[in-house]
Amino acid sequence: MSRLSFAVLFTAALILNLSACKKSEVPQSASSSNELIVRIGAAAPLTGPQAHIGKDNENGTRMAIEDANARGIMIGGKKAHFELLSEDDQTDPKTATIVAQKLVDAKVNGVIGHLNSGTSIPASRIYSDNGIAQISPSATAVNYTAQGYKTAFRVMANDGQQGKVLGEFAAKKLKAKSIAVIDDRTAYGQGLADEFIKSATASGAKIVAHEYTTDKAVDFSAVLTSIKGKKPDLVFYGGMDPQGVPMVKQLKSLGLTAKFMMGDGGYTPKMPELAGTAAEGVYASLPGVPLDKMPSGRDFAQRYEAKFKQQIQLYAPYCYDATNVMIAAMQKAGSADPVKYLPELAKTSFDGVTSKITFDEKGDLKGGAITLYQVQKGQWTPVETMGAAPAP
Amino acid sequence: MDILLQQIINGLVQGSVYALVALGYTMVYGILGLINFAHGEVVMVGAMVALTAINVLLAAAISPVLVLLLSVLIAMAACMALGYSIERIAYRPLRNAPRLAPLITAIGMSIVLQTLAMIIWGREYHSFPQLLPNRSHNIGGAIITEVQIAIVVVAILVMTGLMLLVHRTRLGRAMRAVAENQTAASLMGVNINQVVSITFMLGSALAAIAGIMVSANYGVVHYYMGFLLGLKAFTAAVLGGIGNLRGAMLGGVLLGLIESLGAGYIGALTGGVLGSHYQDAFAFMVLITVLIFRPSGLLGERVSERA
Repeated sequence: MSRLSFAVLFTAALILNLSACKKSEVPQSASSSNELIVRIGAAAPLTGPQAHIGKDNENGTRMAIEDANARGIMIGGKKAHFELLSEDDQTDPKTATIVAQKLVDAKVNGVIGHLNSGTSIPASRIYSDNGIAQISPSATAVNYTAQGYKTAFRVMANDGQQGKVLGEFAAKKLKAKSIAVIDDRTAYGQGLADEFIKSATASGAKIVAHEYTTDKAVDFSAVLTSIKGKKPDLVFYGGMDPQGVPMVKQLKSLGLTAKFMMGDGGYTPKMPELAGTAAEGVYASLPGVPLDKMPSGRDFAQRYEAKFKQQIQLYAPYCYDATNVMIAAMQKAGSADPVKYLPELAKTSFDGVTSKITFDEKGDLKGGAITLYQVQKGQWTPVETMGAAPAP
Repeated sequence: MDILLQQIINGLVQGSVYALVALGYTMVYGILGLINFAHGEVVMVGAMVALTAINVLLAAAISPVLVLLLSVLIAMAACMALGYSIERIAYRPLRNAPRLAPLITAIGMSIVLQTLAMIIWGREYHSFPQLLPNRSHNIGGAIITEVQIAIVVVAILVMTGLMLLVHRTRLGRAMRAVAENQTAASLMGVNINQVVSITFMLGSALAAIAGIMVSANYGVVHYYMGFLLGLKAFTAAVLGGIGNLRGAMLGGVLLGLIESLGAGYIGALTGGVLGSHYQDAFAFMVLITVLIFRPSGLLGERVSERA
């Protein structure tokens, strides 16, 4: 009996599913009239330790899409209506490929994502195989665009550019002679740490320890204690803020006096908010110039806070830019078909809220500036903007 | 030398937390033979409820000590209610079902609680307010904060209390009887359902304490915090011998020490071939080695003694 009812339920679900599919196909066939439905996929971790950053990404993309719908954009003579398809990749490379396939099957016209390098890289292959444009707002691993896929772009400086600037700043400006490095063994953390080490050693600093953790850990007292024994001038962490925040607290409570530095993964309002006085003096970098120095940046921040009732966490402005870049390319090509608008996307020249966006032949952001921030009196304060570091 | 001492202190603090959470796993397993995977989430709910209570009470402007005490009590009460409901809703209807069914329900319960917490408290990391001064003390070159001292002391007190309860009281005798043989215990007039409910409530109260201690130590609360902690505590319970209270304590402290010493010295011992990211692998290697020689854990009872 129960097996029978299961079968009935299953069939019912199947029918419902089919009819749902049919329903969603209707607007496309009706697009011959006057409206063009453009589906934009968004992929980021919406659950798990980085969920707060992932939701922030989704919000950035959502805002760009709602703006575009309000502006009433015409693509190839038809009024375009943009739809957001948001997926949760759980920061997990395996889930990322499943989510990517799901977006492909849903026939998205382009994808904004993923958040992490570790998810963007495996997913990029699926997008490339299906000829779908992918702009990652925040994947920084050099590998992401080095695979030769014509569909992969990013609107953020890569680890080669960022690690170089950070390493030089640590060794030359902060005069750190001995440096300890920790990374979270993700494609992002490891890549950034390796580039940082390369650049810091080239600038004359000595790496006295290289320790590791994971992107789910919360206790770092063991690795920090062993680092303490090496007495470094500076500790660099390649990873994201869920680990960076407790790490800096534990570093201070263990009595380490070393300076603490992170890449873009540490530049979130959570750092000063959660680590309190321990965050004082922490350095982090973010590609682009400070948001309030950009003509439209301050306006974006205000509108974001009014709309979502929270501060920008990290990459929302980059998602906003990435979406707008994609929409602009569609407009120019007069089509939402990736085959048609991809060449236009490669030729992008767009004034975003984070920086002026142009891509090099690999799909990397061309010569973007990188800004170094420090927590001063509980606030992220820009220390120095370092100009156009060419991509390696 | 001070580095070694510091690593031992790190391990003891971490281990005390593991032990406290492991007790919850082991009590339930001892009595029902069920692995309650939702236990890690109860720890998280304890921390979240305490956070909410603290924020509400602080607004009422009473003394910080009172705020802390009240929030601990509120969190414990909330977790006991939660533990009771979990057992009542998710496990009791399946008590006589094949063992796989309650295991799956437990995993499902864990996901449900996590998602509920995400909906209620949001995705972001919350700061856990520091109510009392948290000074650092220097012992022979190693540094320990007052919160960490409190963690070790509270853990010892709670564990001693639990041992007394189980071995010296009427309720404890009933619990041991149910663990040994449910049918025989019920024939002797023990109310099985009541004992099981009380066990879940006790374990959940301990989880609430652990949750508050962890949050006070790291200063951060997040809906996902229970997952990894639960997994580690479960490992600790297995290491010590699941179903055995002393085993859970021993396993917890040992796991904390192994992790901390492993992360601190594994790189130096292997000449840099294995780094500190092998910390977890190292801990599990020890677990596997122990299980090869003692399949039921360090202090575990032999399986044949169980029905």
